[in-house]
Amino acid sequence: MRIALIGPPNCGKSTLFNQVAGYKAETGNFHGTTVTYLESRLRLGGQIVEIVDLPGLYTLEAGSPAEEEVRRYLASHSVDVIVNVLDATRLASGLELTLELLPLGLPLVVALNMMDEAAAQGLEIDLPALSRLLGVPVLSLVASKGRGVRELFLTALRVAQEREAPQPALPFAAPAPAISAAAPAGVPSPSTWEDTLEQRFRQARAIVAQVLRQGERRVTLRDRLDNLLLHPLYGYLFLFLILAAFFQATYATGKLLELPLLAFFESLSLGLRARMGGQGLLFHLVDSFVQGIAAGAAIVLPYLVPFLIGLSLLEDIGYLPRVAFLMDGLLHRIGLHGKAIIPFILGYGCNVPAVMATRVLENERDRLVAAALAVLVPCAARVTVIFGLVAFYLGPLAALGLYLLNLLIIALTGRLLLRLLPEPTPGLILEMPPFRIPTLRVISQKVWFRVKEFIVEAWPLLIVGSLVLSLLQVLGIERGLNLLLRPLTWSLGLPQATGVPLIFGILRKELTLIMLGQAFGSTQFERLLSPGQMLTFTAFVMFYLPCLATLGALKRELGTRRMLQVSALTVLIAWIVAWGIRWMGIFLS
Amino acid sequence: MQVRILRVQRQGVRQRLAMHGLLEGDVVRLKRMAPWKGPLLLEAGGREIAIGHGIAEKIEVEPCASP
Repeated sequence: MRIALIGPPNCGKSTLFNQVAGYKAETGNFHGTTVTYLESRLRLGGQIVEIVDLPGLYTLEAGSPAEEEVRRYLASHSVDVIVNVLDATRLASGLELTLELLPLGLPLVVALNMMDEAAAQGLEIDLPALSRLLGVPVLSLVASKGRGVRELFLTALRVAQEREAPQPALPFAAPAPAISAAAPAGVPSPSTWEDTLEQRFRQARAIVAQVLRQGERRVTLRDRLDNLLLHPLYGYLFLFLILAAFFQATYATGKLLELPLLAFFESLSLGLRARMGGQGLLFHLVDSFVQGIAAGAAIVLPYLVPFLIGLSLLEDIGYLPRVAFLMDGLLHRIGLHGKAIIPFILGYGCNVPAVMATRVLENERDRLVAAALAVLVPCAARVTVIFGLVAFYLGPLAALGLYLLNLLIIALTGRLLLRLLPEPTPGLILEMPPFRIPTLRVISQKVWFRVKEFIVEAWPLLIVGSLVLSLLQVLGIERGLNLLLRPLTWSLGLPQATGVPLIFGILRKELTLIMLGQAFGSTQFERLLSPGQMLTFTAFVMFYLPCLATLGALKRELGTRRMLQVSALTVLIAWIVAWGIRWMGIFLS
Repeated sequence: MQVRILRVQRQGVRQRLAMHGLLEGDVVRLKRMAPWKGPLLLEAGGREIAIGHGIAEKIEVEPCASP
């Protein structure tokens, strides 16, 4: 006996699953996708029943990975009954999926979840009438509180045993051509596809019109929260406070983990030096290998993991779409819409997830512009340079000044790109989800998925890059490189020795500062650089070439050509800004 | 404020709105507006949908009394 849970995303399907599955859930991860389904066995009415939680989806048709997998699952496993979970507060959109499930001919039970929220919104749903129209049992459910769960599964069991096929009495003529679960997901011609889509909308509407009555609405918690969070004044205040708390928490946690980890790798490196004599090619290779590991483990992960946890929390609570709502008006002035704020927020932690997050944008031009601007955002690594050099020697106000300058430059670059790529951005259409309490399972899944991406793709690059650069040093190519970069450092009025640190910075931005100390043989930077040079150097580091890991992400998201274009743009911007600061410094003094 | 959607000017916009469950003829409630020519927040059939200013300009509506 197998029961499949199917429903749109965010309908509480997984909450229902967790109610019955307890901790015995098994994860099945389809390779090549992030789509996951969960299976669990439970004892029900004297027999063992298998329950499977399929990925959330709006339609069986469109061919996204989730939809493919659900299709494949239905075709390859013998499902005895489908439990179609719907969000009662969004009945019309949910029924569109139900209308696609009916022609499958499998025994079906509809569970209207979140009936408590629907009641709070004053929605009165006539369940018997809905059941009559669809020709299947319709049950009320509040999965989060466990209400109606038992009745639901007992009904599902009965329907499965009696092999009741749905017998709909729909208000419209039969809609979509029956989609058999076994049929390959062929792509129907767009016009017929639009037509059936539209037809299903209309039909779902017609059903809703018959069963739903809008009664007196109560002011819900959501409305009260939104009154504050989306307020034209307080909304921005909360936005600022929430983001500030988020960054502070990330920064504090990262710092806490970074120091002991750095100390550990430092001692490891010292141990190596003692054992291998600190000489020879082999030592340098092994040492740089350790450095590469250390970069990932001690500098990136301590910030990346808390950052991703915080971000997933904001996402699952439902706050990010609200940020998009608040920022849409401003972002339009730099040629983007509100959804692009997400990559920007991410960029302050690390540019890699920021570039990956541009996937949320629908069209290619928007992805390009958002990625090009996101790599200009000073990430946590560049913060080390801004704080270690500018804030430390010139005071926090100077560092704040650099941040503001950064925002200004991003805005100007956005305007410029808007001129260069004038294709109008498709405006924002974004569903504002209700607030939800995030679950540990979903959060840990999301965090792990992104951390895995870093470990598999960016980390090896760090290690290889570290090896290559140590080879350069051993072979004495360093001086040649400094000479090669002399035109650049000369034009910015920087000492010749800053050349190689800038090259190291491509590997990892923190390295510019670390290598600068090594190149000068001292970390007392105030003796070696004038305040003007510090600002010039830091401004250049803030904007020039994204680090290797970010370049990798850019290549993957936009392709090699776009990656090179974005890189060239950043170098140009970095040079112009640094040059401007240099001459402003000379002019002022 | 309640309005009825009379017409959506662009085919593409019409389709994207339909994907979010907004069709011509629907009655929607305007809940909020963001400053700086920001989006409008609409409520229809229990869902809340934010519509950017540019999209909103392409939608013709008429006022409609509360049910």
